[in-house]
Amino acid sequence: MTKPTTRAVRTRLSGVSVAAVAALLALTACTPGVSPTDGEAADSPFGFATAEQKADAPITVWVDASRQPAADAFAEAYPDIPIEVETYDGGADGSGSFQTKIQAFNQAGSGWPDVVFSTQNNDAAWASQGDDPFAAPLDQGYFDQSFLDGFTEGALAPLTVDGAVYGLRNDIAPTVTWYDESLMEKFGYEVPTTWEEYRELGLKVAEEHPGYIVGGIGDAFAEEIYFWGAKAPLSTVVDANTFSADASDPHATQMAEILDDLLDAGALAQEDVFSPDFVQKHSGKVLMLPGPAWFSGAIFNNPSSLDAKPGTIAVGAPLAWEGEEPAAGNVGGGTWFISQHSENLEAAKTFLEFVTSDERYQVDLAPGLPAYQDAADKWLARQAEDGFFAGDFAAALSSASTQVWDGWGYPRFSQEAVWNKTVTPKLAAGENLVDLLPEWETAIENEAQVNGYTIK
Amino acid sequence: MTAPALDDSPSAAAAGSPREGRRQRAATPHRSVTVKWSRFSYVFVSGYVLFALAFGVLPTLYAVFIAFLDNEGRFSGITNFTKVLADFRFWPAAAHVGLFLLVWLVALMVLVTLLALVVHGIGRRWLSSSLRFVYYIPGALAGASSVVLWLFVLNPTVSPVSAVLHAFGFETFVQTVSPGNLPVVFAVIAFWTGAGNWIIVMYGALNSIPDEVLEAARMDGAGAVRTALHIQLPMLRKWIAYMAVMSLAAGAQLFVEPRVLSQATHAVVPTDWSLNQLTYLYAFKQQDLNGSAAIAVLLLVASLAVSLFFVVRGGLFERD
Repeated sequence: MTKPTTRAVRTRLSGVSVAAVAALLALTACTPGVSPTDGEAADSPFGFATAEQKADAPITVWVDASRQPAADAFAEAYPDIPIEVETYDGGADGSGSFQTKIQAFNQAGSGWPDVVFSTQNNDAAWASQGDDPFAAPLDQGYFDQSFLDGFTEGALAPLTVDGAVYGLRNDIAPTVTWYDESLMEKFGYEVPTTWEEYRELGLKVAEEHPGYIVGGIGDAFAEEIYFWGAKAPLSTVVDANTFSADASDPHATQMAEILDDLLDAGALAQEDVFSPDFVQKHSGKVLMLPGPAWFSGAIFNNPSSLDAKPGTIAVGAPLAWEGEEPAAGNVGGGTWFISQHSENLEAAKTFLEFVTSDERYQVDLAPGLPAYQDAADKWLARQAEDGFFAGDFAAALSSASTQVWDGWGYPRFSQEAVWNKTVTPKLAAGENLVDLLPEWETAIENEAQVNGYTIK
Repeated sequence: MTAPALDDSPSAAAAGSPREGRRQRAATPHRSVTVKWSRFSYVFVSGYVLFALAFGVLPTLYAVFIAFLDNEGRFSGITNFTKVLADFRFWPAAAHVGLFLLVWLVALMVLVTLLALVVHGIGRRWLSSSLRFVYYIPGALAGASSVVLWLFVLNPTVSPVSAVLHAFGFETFVQTVSPGNLPVVFAVIAFWTGAGNWIIVMYGALNSIPDEVLEAARMDGAGAVRTALHIQLPMLRKWIAYMAVMSLAAGAQLFVEPRVLSQATHAVVPTDWSLNQLTYLYAFKQQDLNGSAAIAVLLLVASLAVSLFFVVRGGLFERD
């Protein structure tokens, strides 16, 4: 009964849809991918093709929540430069949000931010590459060399690709040995200087004072504290496209054994240090905590974290293997990038110079050790003046910043993400780290392969 | 479209009016209304058609097209497909999504139908409508925001149902979202968000079963259970199949939930847990749109195949 009508409707509908398809095809044909307005590379004094510059164009700045004060301080110091601040996760723990957002803008051909803060210092590895690289090289005529020379030696190394510097370091983050001096005295313990002593102390405190911890392994960056610091060759970037990882190296297996022993004894926190659980469980019970320099402001001297009593927390040198020189690991140390597509490179440069070196941010507000030498000296002096940390805080941090082990490279993928997906849930389920090492190595190598590395 | 069917419906027959006479009376106004409205129907449908073409059909065709090209735009045969199938992340991701779909679809088909039958069977009107409203509320939360809510529910330290989590032996958030639990966790989230809508759809479908049929069943001595099994369920078959097909399509594309959970857990929930996350990584991390398209095409083929099963088994395109 309904058949004739249906057929008629169908014929007419198909007519309509053919017309619609044709119209849409015509529309899409009219809007090919918009390409950025590139200037002539040869004419640019900066070593990259600049977009057409507009002196009063506002700069869009991406920061993570912790760097919001930097942008605020800039807005206050330079009210004439219009900035638009957007917060994002800062690519924390290898979330990849910085890279994926930029690639999306590359596809769209517009929309890039002018300045980006990233918590990951391996971002230059991808941001400097490709047909349409995002990060502007800074040392090819854009920034004054004298300014760039003001950074702590080696601080710009992670951002240097093929001899050009693609970003500025916000802070440097060598790992050091944080410890509670008052607890050490109370319990009558010596501060360990080697990993072997560290293990012994952990086992001892677990037995004599259960509940106190000597470290934490619940963070995405735990491998950068313990395995980087142990000189385990798990992130060896041989060259631009060759990578190797070896979890069977004695440094890796010995570190895994130490951590297994301490975990079994209950001397390590398994919560990540930013979780409410960590604060709730371990406040006042942190005897030691190997970790990056920025634990100072982020964990200890922070009312919403451990909120330690002034004069209790001190910094020891990075731990060493017995008979070897101490080596520091490194956890991040934020980085600032400028987009090659920026229409106001002058303002972007002013912004970067301000947030990396100006006292009004780096000395007055920054939670971690500034990468800019002059600011770092003042920041350390300020900390000493405040007297929050016990012992020779400045000397310990400065020497650690020159001890970061250079055998751990900055590949195009996140070691933190690999660690957290492969190892963290299994440790939480009670498995042994030693048994997980082969699996971890395979996961690192797989990740390296899909990111274009040949495994050696 | 339903107007002609009315003529053959039991109610029309039961009305006892002379059929010929009724038809003649209805004929003239009926036709003019249909013609007039059928023109309007194009206007209504055109919005859908245009959007479906622009954001559904054309991108799909484009994806199929570029799945066979290399990054220089040259024809590359099935290279992209062999490449993604050999990717160490592909099969785990496929298994994750498959497991999730299995848990979720079974839960959806069994529980939604059951709950709809129960709500429909409740004699008190206010209770039945309040229940439907309550079921519907979670559906009002969009994807990402519902996951944010679940971040709290799943964390034993702050969860309002921490006792339940502790009963399952979960002491920390990382334990709750450990890899083995994820298919169930995502199925629970998806069920909580989506089931309410389907309960209401099923309720509507149950309402469309003529009272006469239920009355006849009751007269023959069928209780609530037998009525449900022998009358309501067979008549709901198409609706259940419809729900399965729609949910399958949505579930196979699981993305927002694992993505948000991954960021919130600092990648303890991997960034490459589901197939759609993998397509995202291919497109925007590895800059390999062709590989991304290849995974999308594989996903499409698999979803179509499973949908076909439900369509055929559910008699979705059969006419009554």
